[in-house]
Amino acid sequence: MANTYTLIEAKTLGSAVSSVTFSSIPSTYTDLLLKVSVRSSTTNDWIGLYFNGSTANVSGRIIQGTGSGVSSSTSNPAIQAILSDSSSFTASTFGNAEVYIPNYTSNNAKSFSIDTVTENNAATAYMQLLAGLWNPATQAAITSITLVASSGDMAINSTFYLYGISNS
Amino acid sequence: MPTKLIINCETGEQTEVELTAEEIAQREADAKAYEADKKAKEAEAAAKAEAKAELLDKLGITTEEAALLLS
Repeated sequence: MANTYTLIEAKTLGSAVSSVTFSSIPSTYTDLLLKVSVRSSTTNDWIGLYFNGSTANVSGRIIQGTGSGVSSSTSNPAIQAILSDSSSFTASTFGNAEVYIPNYTSNNAKSFSIDTVTENNAATAYMQLLAGLWNPATQAAITSITLVASSGDMAINSTFYLYGISNS
Repeated sequence: MPTKLIINCETGEQTEVELTAEEIAQREADAKAYEADKKAKEAEAAAKAEAKAELLDKLGITTEEAALLLS
């Protein structure tokens, strides 16, 4: 049972970028937790997520509410993992997400879960749960996490907090 | 040119560099794949809704009556 949280790195964007990578993640923790608050510079509302620089061998299943309906589907987390407030959403609002990655240093396939929502002062707003799996041909500890806007940039004041969690 | 921010968790060093041509191509391919997948799912949902409406019409019952039959 995780009982310690250590902030590894934090970043508030001072300029818009299309991608953020946490590299050289230390292997001294049990789990990783990434908290993200992000807005897009375009009508794009997706942020992809992948590990160790590879968009391959990652899969996911999502359940989603849209404000008017619900659905479930397969997804490619490298493209659609985190909901971002698009530029058409209420000004100065951000999408939010928590990404939990247990046992990130193991030599087995890595599971992860993402709880993510948008914020919008309108009928359409999204909430989503994602269960993901990264299963590369050669298993390795996760040493980097990349977030990438599927188009355009992540806007100024988007924030990213990476925590290491230990079970003792 | 799109840029990426790299945060080194060991040193705390932060660098912003331009995406490589390969990374831009990958991103564009991923975006196209996502759009194609989204359109396919929307088309599938629309076809399903249309088939459902046609069936209800053929049976001469409403959605509520169909739900009652299945409850």
